[in-house]
Amino acid sequence: MIANAFEYTAPQSLDEALGLIAGGAKPLSGGMSLIPMMKLRLAAPEHLVDLARLKELNYIREENGELHIGAAVTHYEVESSPLLLGKCPLLAETAAHIGDIQVRNMGTLGGSVAHADPASDYPAALQALEAGIVLRSAGGARTVSAKDFFIDTFTTALEPGEIVSEIVVPVEPGLTGTSYQKCKHQASGFAVVGIAVRARRENGVVSLIRVGVTGLSGSSYRAENVEAALQGVEPTGEAIRAAAGLVAHSVDASADMQASSEYRKHLASVYTAKAIHAALSRSA
Amino acid sequence: MTRAISLTINGKHYEHDVEPRLLLIHYLREVAGLTGSHMGCETSLCGACTVELDGKAIKSCTMFAVQANGANIVTIEGLASPEGKLHPMQEAFWNEHALQCGFCTPGMIMVSKQIVERNPSPTDTEIREGLDGNICRCTGYQHIVNAVRTAAKAGA
Repeated sequence: MIANAFEYTAPQSLDEALGLIAGGAKPLSGGMSLIPMMKLRLAAPEHLVDLARLKELNYIREENGELHIGAAVTHYEVESSPLLLGKCPLLAETAAHIGDIQVRNMGTLGGSVAHADPASDYPAALQALEAGIVLRSAGGARTVSAKDFFIDTFTTALEPGEIVSEIVVPVEPGLTGTSYQKCKHQASGFAVVGIAVRARRENGVVSLIRVGVTGLSGSSYRAENVEAALQGVEPTGEAIRAAAGLVAHSVDASADMQASSEYRKHLASVYTAKAIHAALSRSA
Repeated sequence: MTRAISLTINGKHYEHDVEPRLLLIHYLREVAGLTGSHMGCETSLCGACTVELDGKAIKSCTMFAVQANGANIVTIEGLASPEGKLHPMQEAFWNEHALQCGFCTPGMIMVSKQIVERNPSPTDTEIREGLDGNICRCTGYQHIVNAVRTAAKAGA
């Protein structure tokens, strides 16, 4: 399988890259989704700008109570970063679920987020973490919440000329527990459903809960009805089961060879309960 | 339009003009003449094309050769010593009968090397998870898992 011919630039700086992208060139990061699409000729960009090795997009740092992760950081770097393992284990845990060793060595956080595959893993975590997604163009930068960024299948808040340049996650006190629970597609490794939960238990009741869902429908989302059902409530097995049962309520669930929409909804409630239990068990 | 690339493969310097759409696996096999890495599925699923790029196992069917400009690549041909002494992972695959037809073996060995580098004493579950991106249609994987475990014990 040979891609259409294209022009390739490895820019020296982010400004150079953004200038070319403003002129219509397409960004290439790890290429784990784009290159297969180009080989199948589902995508035929005329000019690729390689962002993967730009220093300005390769960093993981803590600043003013927030973690800043450059878009070109690979999934392997996310899963193995001591800073993230210590201060944002949900993101590291989620990255470890992606693809296989070789894909995690090449694929990048920003590339995956920008691609917005409805069965990709990060969106669930970014929704639960209430992460910020920094979008940058030659004209400047803006930050969009995960909730507003993911719109539909392969559709995001990115405007022409913009790239995802950074993910921002607030650092939380140690008493918050998180978990990502995924029913994995046996062939592709993508999420049939994936549920990320961030929760805190104080004085016997749930004092904070955020639930991010991926794989179930055309776009990731926050299951706010599940959150509302558990907020301030004693998290008994019965209460968690009942709340988790709301996760797919009024959602247009996807159906494919792997799972009917009814079965996907069932999986979503089961995995939501699992993720809530796991997150609360890690809440100090 | 072609672009000049220069890279190191198995310790040897290579310079070529290539089309940007040339995949790294095609470059390795057809331009550099290193046919040890195999093209299996062409869809990033089977892992037969796995090589090491700057110390990281990657699938060379899902990367353009121009992206590897300046990189240091190791292929299956680069594992044994110049005198022909096999790498401990190759030795373990041989001793444990971890192959039948051998088509997947170059990729299996390259990813197994990475598994053990990152986790010197992996459990069988960790080995199987590590081999997730590599497909073997002959062995049923058991002997491959045995080989990785044996190589890890031998300090591969």
